[in-house]
Amino acid sequence: MDIIITGFLLGGTYALIAMGLNLQYGMARIMNLANGEMLVAGGFAAFWFWTAAQVSPLLTVFVVAPVAFAANWLLYIVFLRPLVKRARSRGQLEVDAILTTFGLSFVSVGLMLAVFGGDYFSYSYLSFPVHILGDSYGANRVAAFVSAVVICGALWLWLDRSRAGLTIRAIAVAPDSARLVGIDVGKMAALAFALGGAVTATGGALISTFLTLDASTGVMFTLKALIIVIMGGVGDVRGTIIAALALGLLETFVATVIDPGLTLAAAYLLFVIILLVRPQGLFGRRSA
Amino acid sequence: MRLTSNDWRNLTLAALGLAIAACLPWLLGNYALTIGVTIAMYTVLATSWALFSGPTHYISLATAAFFGVGTYVTGIGIQHLPYWTLLPLAGVIGAVLAALVGLATLRLSGVYFVIFTLGLAEFIRQVITWGQNVSGTKGIYVLTSITEAHIYWQLLGLAALVYLLGWAIGRSRLGFALRIIGDDEQVARHSGIHTARAKILLFLVPGSVAAITGAILAPRYVYIEPSLAFAPMLSFQVVIMALLGGTGRLWGPLVGVIPFTFLWEAISITVPNQTTLLLGVSFLIIVYLLPKGFVGLFGAIRRRMGSEGLV
Repeated sequence: MDIIITGFLLGGTYALIAMGLNLQYGMARIMNLANGEMLVAGGFAAFWFWTAAQVSPLLTVFVVAPVAFAANWLLYIVFLRPLVKRARSRGQLEVDAILTTFGLSFVSVGLMLAVFGGDYFSYSYLSFPVHILGDSYGANRVAAFVSAVVICGALWLWLDRSRAGLTIRAIAVAPDSARLVGIDVGKMAALAFALGGAVTATGGALISTFLTLDASTGVMFTLKALIIVIMGGVGDVRGTIIAALALGLLETFVATVIDPGLTLAAAYLLFVIILLVRPQGLFGRRSA
Repeated sequence: MRLTSNDWRNLTLAALGLAIAACLPWLLGNYALTIGVTIAMYTVLATSWALFSGPTHYISLATAAFFGVGTYVTGIGIQHLPYWTLLPLAGVIGAVLAALVGLATLRLSGVYFVIFTLGLAEFIRQVITWGQNVSGTKGIYVLTSITEAHIYWQLLGLAALVYLLGWAIGRSRLGFALRIIGDDEQVARHSGIHTARAKILLFLVPGSVAAITGAILAPRYVYIEPSLAFAPMLSFQVVIMALLGGTGRLWGPLVGVIPFTFLWEAISITVPNQTTLLLGVSFLIIVYLLPKGFVGLFGAIRRRMGSEGLV
């Protein structure tokens, strides 16, 4: 029971992070390998606001999200739009995007190392226990989970019900046909990419309340988010949430029962199984 | 197999270059020899990487995984087996691992392959670390009488093998099939090429070569532990050097390895914290300024001079 609830709390936050990547990869069609660095940057911002002015991370989010939105929008316009324009095929865009975002990821790690140094960052926020079903859990984990659920829910509603959400889903499913019905694919892709970055940075701010981060942990989160997105089916919101919860459960199980050093190995094994059994993801459609 | 006069000239030049490189340990000091070993190591790794990733456009980040496995083959094996059996053994283990990775991912799109190979080194590292924690052992000491010069010569021999292999593949049916796959995979499939099998076969080359390289270099480390043997940075350095040089020609990666090694050395000595920044900027330079590497740049310059009547 203990494992299940802890796993669920962790999985909820993972869902938020993976949702950000899904917006970027599933909707905007950019495999963003610098996604984890955006998360760490969000976490650092929360840390900094908390230690400097005791601003609650739950409030910092309202600063982090717009800033990350603007930063990712700029990244898309400056670095990625030229690649989209020059790419002759989806495959070439993928290779270019992978190399570019790896480059951006290393540059941001380098910059964060220069500014913050290589130390671990953690701070104590809401670190009192909360009792759920007889066991106690950190209040910060519960708060992060609840915020993640609220944000995920709002995102899902927005994607599912609003006109802008419909347009974004349209460019995810059929970018070429979307153009024919008068959708500005370039603009919407930039919007989806920026929104994805904002969601991931928000997730970073939330996750920093209970996990220790350092400048170079970003790539771990990128890997986990990628595994979740692929497992859930690229571009599928429902699948992402379920896959994130599954990964949270699996990691917590492995960490408590076997060894905390094996969490990434477990996630990786899960990924291998998905690739072998169902490469299109839990809810994905098999492509031709 | 008939060789043209052009082939004979290239072969002679390559043999001459190899002979000169082989004499360097007698001429150079210790520090220069260290750099020589580094350059030879990256030449082997980047050239074999480019043999696979050049034609297929699949970006492999598994170099560190194969390399680490190779160092462990030497580390564990040297206590039980004669040294000369270890390098072929590492090669076979690397090839088997590469075949497994290839079977799991090479039927799928390139993104899956990147993620899979990126995670591989980390996966093996965590498993070995866990195994050590459970069994209570720490790292492994590799104490041999192998000197830096011996390592250098072994790497040179391996480099010669890789170049020969690359040249032979380029002339074979497999090489022809791969060029078509690189051009357009759909066309390749329609003309009856078993694309997945061709890619898996080719992926054995970097897998096995990187494992042998790791096995050769293990005595240099003296003390092997997972975080050293499976350092993920190695995979990225190899990708950058190969792409910086250019994967279009067999000798392309070498043109990237030499300047990048010196740059890396200089940066690590003066501002050691900024090597990640250097990696990042190099990736961006490759994508935006040098999409075909130095090789492509040479080609463009030669064409421009030709069209202006300067050559």
